[in-house]
Amino acid sequence: MASTFELLPQPPMPVVVARSRGYWGSVLRNLMRDPVAMGAALVILIIVGAAIFAPWLAPADPFKGSMIKRLLPIGSEGYLLGSDELGRDMLSRLMYGGRLSLMMGVMPVLFAFGIGTSIGLLAGYVGGKVNMVIMRVLDVFYAFPSVLLAVAISGALGPGMSNSILALTLVFVPQIVRVAESVTTQVRKLDYIEAARMSGASAFSIIRTHVLGNVLGPVFVYATGLLSVSMILAAGLSFLGLGVRPPEPEWGLMLNTLRSAIFRNPWIAALPGILIFATSIAFNLLADGVRSAMDIRK
Amino acid sequence: MSNTDKPLVKVTDLNVEFHGNRKAHALDHISFELPEGQVLGLLGESGSGKSVTLRTLLRLHPQRTTRIGGKIEIDGKDVLSLKGRDLEAYRGGTVSMIFQEPGLAFDPVYTIGQQIMETIRAHENVDKATAAKRALEMLDKVQIPQAKRRFDAYPHELSGGMRQRAMIALALSCKPKLLLADEPTTALDASVQIQILLLLRELQKETGMSVIFVTHDIGAAVEVADRIAVMYGGRIVEENTVKGIVTAPRHPYTAGLLGSTVSTENRGQPLPAVRGAPPDLSALPPGCSFAPRCDNASDKCRSEKPALLAADGERLACWHPVRELMPIQRDSVCA
Amino acid sequence: MKTEDNTFATQDKGGPAQPLLMVKDLKKYFPVRGGILNREKKFVHAVDGVSFSVAKGKTLGIVGESGCGKSSTARLVARLMDPDSGSMIFDGEGVAEFGGIEFKEFRRNLQMVFQDSFASLNPRLTIADTVAYGPEVHGVPKREAMARAHALLKRVGLEPSMFGSRYPHELSGGQRQRVNIARALAFEPRLVILDEAVAALDKSVQAQVLNLLQELKAEHDLTYLFISHDLHVVHYISDEVMVMYLGQVVEKGPVDDIYGNARHPYTRALLSAVPSMDPDNRTQHSPLAGDPPNPINPPSGCRFRERCPHAEAVCSSLVPALMAVKTNQEHTVACHMNNAASGHSQAVGAGMASAAEEVAA
Repeated sequence: MASTFELLPQPPMPVVVARSRGYWGSVLRNLMRDPVAMGAALVILIIVGAAIFAPWLAPADPFKGSMIKRLLPIGSEGYLLGSDELGRDMLSRLMYGGRLSLMMGVMPVLFAFGIGTSIGLLAGYVGGKVNMVIMRVLDVFYAFPSVLLAVAISGALGPGMSNSILALTLVFVPQIVRVAESVTTQVRKLDYIEAARMSGASAFSIIRTHVLGNVLGPVFVYATGLLSVSMILAAGLSFLGLGVRPPEPEWGLMLNTLRSAIFRNPWIAALPGILIFATSIAFNLLADGVRSAMDIRK
Repeated sequence: MSNTDKPLVKVTDLNVEFHGNRKAHALDHISFELPEGQVLGLLGESGSGKSVTLRTLLRLHPQRTTRIGGKIEIDGKDVLSLKGRDLEAYRGGTVSMIFQEPGLAFDPVYTIGQQIMETIRAHENVDKATAAKRALEMLDKVQIPQAKRRFDAYPHELSGGMRQRAMIALALSCKPKLLLADEPTTALDASVQIQILLLLRELQKETGMSVIFVTHDIGAAVEVADRIAVMYGGRIVEENTVKGIVTAPRHPYTAGLLGSTVSTENRGQPLPAVRGAPPDLSALPPGCSFAPRCDNASDKCRSEKPALLAADGERLACWHPVRELMPIQRDSVCA
Repeated sequence: MKTEDNTFATQDKGGPAQPLLMVKDLKKYFPVRGGILNREKKFVHAVDGVSFSVAKGKTLGIVGESGCGKSSTARLVARLMDPDSGSMIFDGEGVAEFGGIEFKEFRRNLQMVFQDSFASLNPRLTIADTVAYGPEVHGVPKREAMARAHALLKRVGLEPSMFGSRYPHELSGGQRQRVNIARALAFEPRLVILDEAVAALDKSVQAQVLNLLQELKAEHDLTYLFISHDLHVVHYISDEVMVMYLGQVVEKGPVDDIYGNARHPYTRALLSAVPSMDPDNRTQHSPLAGDPPNPINPPSGCRFRERCPHAEAVCSSLVPALMAVKTNQEHTVACHMNNAASGHSQAVGAGMASAAEEVAA
């Protein structure tokens, strides 16, 4: 081909040509450079690890009580963190309790993430009347404060863990739909979506290839932020008697049952609260770290 | 460029490096002078350093992440060592700036009249009525039709061209000696662009102020400037009168830019294009930063940065120029 | 360099004489949201009765300023928006009509390159993936689509082994625009709409990309619709030029005619508003005053009359139609001065003399 147009000799490449990592790869790399986020991740890892391996690590049976060994202080022999009002080992109860508390905290966010993103994508991509109907219906739920809504739904459904998880999921779905719909609407206007439409691809293909990847990021950040809220709400529901029932160990429930011990042994009564607090803050800090890691991508 | 008076602007060996999140060597020991009443066009593309130059003259870079070396003297003041009230008085009073996006200079919740008044009162001790009168005069001066009505308008109520005129009025409200214009017409339609260029020319003649006009469009530079300095990769590579640059460019980059400017003669043939892309300021090559794209480049070009030579009002930094420069005298502004 | 994949390559159906694209009376109005109690609904007359045709293998340049509707026209032609009225015929077949060309096939025939090279690319996909996506949508197996993508990247000057697995943010503006061009070509289209495709590039890079576009046009037998506000570039690349103002076509014709013998006062003003390149001969007067007007509720009659130095009574009462000029059938202009029957005092009865007067003015 007689062409005066030469294939461009590219100017010499900059010396460091970093191997092109994927987007999530670079997010992870940034995250690992953040000491606060890494500290939070470590705390979560310890707590989750203790919860998962409770059957092997716990020193005693969490259900086995003893009427004479009630409310032993921290550091007593055989009871590293003392014992509760029924003589059960606190350390074991806290470790086993972590399982239920974490599950009640994490599961709703996971479910809401899946359901909420799907609804949000649909509303954002289709737009128009469909969007309006979906968003206004969700606005009704959104208008209630989270705690009130959680208590109301949970109370209507009745106590029990699965009901609480359902209630919390219903509380979080509107919030995630909001974020997902907002991002989808923004992304949808961008030129590369128009270019994808010009390719004749079906709406499903476009959403899957082009929209989803760009929406998941911000929604993910929001969802990780919700984890800390979820932990506290779950504990709160149990505290009110709407979640787990005794004698199951669960941090919120333990806070309730240990109320009577506040005057006799306040440290024991505070332990479950400290764990809720620590887990919640760790999730929060990790979420902040993820958000920053995703920001300084360029 | 011989001038018995002291030049209004004298920049010596200005060096700017960014070392924040993004590292870049934005300006590489540049020097230039600008006498009073003259218009200097800074011509260059992205990464040339032209906008950085303007911002440095107004000290607009964050101190923490910017390392500035060299000296800037404007109207007898040492700009890099100004502090506090002196710096505030300098900005707007001695030197003022207009930007590419006319909307950005204005706060959307105040009328433009209020904002011009605010600027006037920040620099001079006048009462509200005088400031209002002066502001209205400025709006008239920039040829905004129905100035009284526009005085009470909010920025979003004005069209692009009107906003640009209002921004010029704002910049000139305190009668600066030097006006910095950062691509003020790039975002405007052609018919509006020529109006603003003519307006700038008129105002410059009227007030006698100096102007540094940054652009990537040679046509705009020709319309307003007396002299043009061509920048590339953070350095000044050529400087001459407008006529000299346009009719007899010396630096291969200048020649390439002029050659690839699309015009009527090119129709039907491939455009003579400069190959490659503007350099990455965080990883500049050793030697001449234009060498990777230059047809005349030799080993000397790739290893040694060309010195800036001066001769009879012209300056050139190139080992193998398109037309040789005959240096008669080595100016003190050599790099 | 045409691939011999018969199932994919788009066919020439109408023959060489048939214009590739014929657009008739396109209209698109956008409602402006007034207050709740606002009875009179205002509309943005973005595109108001635009008709044109593009011959095969030619480039039609569309020029105009902000608010003239050229970008909206592009989007209507590309069917990214549906017009309020008007019809489109592509190579003899109606588009979006019963019995007309099937939509998905239409999408292969017509592609678009946008102005913002960064927003045009999905930041999560490598550029090879982006280019390969189009063919995959149309059923090309993945490996072949990727091979095609690599070949195209190489053709536009981006070595696939070096660039294929990069992400958009790692490329420069000029390189990204090349990717967009490769992406458009991956469909083997027949018509490519370039919507201010070189406007955001550095001047030195702009020339490279323009050269590339010309080469590709010759190699792939393409037809271009080139939208730009830059008159120099349009002059360089176009065979025919169409000038738009406030949603309507005011002048249309072969490029040399438009640039050498413009008949519409707006076109003349636009041509003389280009900055002078001669320092001894700087522009002394601006040809137009004020800003391009808002396309909401445009004036009656000729829309340019409020800024036209030759406006008369007939201009506000009668809308000028596009009519051929005396010297060239192909050159049409919508101005009462060109129409002897309009009643305008400078109507073309005076012929060539009035043209000379206007130029001297």
